[in-house]
Amino acid sequence: MSDLEQTAGTPGPKKINVHHLTRVEGHGNIVAEIGTDGQVEACRWEVPEAPRFFEAMLLGKHFSDVHQITSRICGICSIGHQLASLQATEDAMGIRPSIQTVALRKLALHAENLQSHLLHVAYLVLPDLFGVGSVIPLASTHKNELKTLISLHRMANEFSRVVCGRTTHPQRLVPGGFAKLPTVKDLETLRRDLKDSLSGLQTAVDVLASVAGAIPAFTRPTEYVGLVSPAEYALLHGHISTSLDQTRPAGHYRDVTNEYMVRQSTAKWTKNKMGSLMVGALARFNLNHAYLTPRAKAAAKALGLSAPCHNPYMISVAQLVECVHSVEDSLALVDGLVARGIKAEARMDIRPRAGKGVGTVEVPRGLLIHAYEYDDQGRIVDADCVIPTNQNHGNIQKDMDALIPDLRDLTEAEIELRLSMLVRAYDPCISCSTHFIDIRGGGGRGSMVRFVHPN
Amino acid sequence: MASKPRIAFFDFAGCEGDQLQVANLEERLLDLLEHVEVVNFREVMTERSDDYDIAFVEGSITTPADIDRIKGIRKRAKILVALGACATIGGVNCMKNFMDESVYRTHVYGPMARAYETIPARPVSAVVPVDAEIHGCPIDKEEFLRVTKELLLGRTPWLPDYPVCMECKAAGNICRYELGRPCLGIITRAGCGAVCVTEGAHCWGCRGLAPHANLDAAKYVMIDRGGFSRRQVQDLLRFYNGYTSAPL
Repeated sequence: MSDLEQTAGTPGPKKINVHHLTRVEGHGNIVAEIGTDGQVEACRWEVPEAPRFFEAMLLGKHFSDVHQITSRICGICSIGHQLASLQATEDAMGIRPSIQTVALRKLALHAENLQSHLLHVAYLVLPDLFGVGSVIPLASTHKNELKTLISLHRMANEFSRVVCGRTTHPQRLVPGGFAKLPTVKDLETLRRDLKDSLSGLQTAVDVLASVAGAIPAFTRPTEYVGLVSPAEYALLHGHISTSLDQTRPAGHYRDVTNEYMVRQSTAKWTKNKMGSLMVGALARFNLNHAYLTPRAKAAAKALGLSAPCHNPYMISVAQLVECVHSVEDSLALVDGLVARGIKAEARMDIRPRAGKGVGTVEVPRGLLIHAYEYDDQGRIVDADCVIPTNQNHGNIQKDMDALIPDLRDLTEAEIELRLSMLVRAYDPCISCSTHFIDIRGGGGRGSMVRFVHPN
Repeated sequence: MASKPRIAFFDFAGCEGDQLQVANLEERLLDLLEHVEVVNFREVMTERSDDYDIAFVEGSITTPADIDRIKGIRKRAKILVALGACATIGGVNCMKNFMDESVYRTHVYGPMARAYETIPARPVSAVVPVDAEIHGCPIDKEEFLRVTKELLLGRTPWLPDYPVCMECKAAGNICRYELGRPCLGIITRAGCGAVCVTEGAHCWGCRGLAPHANLDAAKYVMIDRGGFSRRQVQDLLRFYNGYTSAPL
């Protein structure tokens, strides 16, 4: 450390090489080099994750298995992948789920946003703001606060379990509806837990507010992309909107995402009107803040978050605001379901038909898109998934480019921390982001798949 | 082993859902920390050390660099535990093994098809010796605690050697075949409590084949008695169990 401190206040040379950044999902590297006279010689966000080729693996698969396969793209947002996948399949097959199914799916999405956001804010980001390397030391220095955060996270997991049957890779969600339903009694217990969590969330807001001074003040306006709806804070359904461009129906997602590839990353990058774009909690907050519930608006105010916010380090703050929103909106959804009673619905008899479908869902890290083309046997001939972290990679790089000249007089350790915190703020889900496909053409790629025993 | 064994977590190609299950132990993770020292867990901590006794490894081996990395981990660890379906049996990543490499490369990366390294997906045990396995997709956190305890006590962790059907009956589920649906519970290693069937789905086979599983009999049940097409049966067998010498 003392060696590093000696470089403070001096221009260079400095080298930052973070190999496999910690406290993020998946593998990413940060490389930065500052020359002797302070000029930036290199600044790269690299994704060396092993490619997994999910879109290719989907070719030829039957619609009844697809949401279970895509769930395995990510353990943290397995519910979100299922929801986007089911939407795409239902869109292609012309299926309209019931009001009860839609309400339960909204609950499933809230549950996942809660567990993912709380995991990120409490376990992955707070240690930076408290100046420690992990959440473990906080067990001795901030025992009560940590206990509250852990109980919130446990509540969110239990919430997922009650609605989906399991917290990770759930089994109840199927095309057309639910294979198994929660009971009214389950929902009443859930309502009590959700109500009880409001005071814990207030504690979480207070804890974050107490260390908000450690959040770096850095701003770089960018293009914010997310779903919008005239009826609500859009999460499960909506049109694709951006802060700089027109709103489009979900089927036109390619006009916004524009994926392209770079050598330093096995994950694809995206851009639209500017050199990069941002999806996720802060993008949603900037686009949809007017639709937040009253307590969520109060939390935003208490945390100093107001729209438009151009500081990417504030993504974690927006995530906590969304947690409050999710709990309040879930309470309303549960009340509605309990008032109507849970009705057993027969498993939908789905006759496959050839067609294309698109599913768009706001998952914890932002806009997730699944698009499939099916043959008349209900097997996939083309699949495209656009992952939130993919859309953010370019923005992370541009933020680093803009930030690093301001950091050049800091020590190597401080620069490394500041850049690591920036990437962590985005909550990148790198495993998700590394298998996504090039969209050119179309044209019979499915026919190239080799099946050993066709039917 | 030292009085407080040092444990480490590593991940290869996978969804990190198994490490998430460990994080989801919540307060009980803190209890576990009274008995072990976590020295490497990239997903939740910044400090890291290469000096560890037990290595928990998640994910499949899918690149040449992975092979070198897992060999290094094997060298340093006294005990290596494969964590979850991708690490124990290859898991969903092996679906690509049945496709032409040029097809999946081109489908995903187009003109950059050759820019990124990839080899057929395989479980950890196909590359280095593995001392213990915790099955499932994702792993069951109770089983993780049990196996870890057994390892800390110096015992060989116990694995069920009977199929999921045993637990499915105990759970009181209606057999999927009675409902006209396919299911791999007949040949899959138990230990999950038949969670997928209980939650309305069927067994996908994520815990691998039970010892002495009779694949021929299973195919007879599925194709001749159940009336499912060879393609349906093949899809199900290849969902998780693609890395095997058995004809799927």
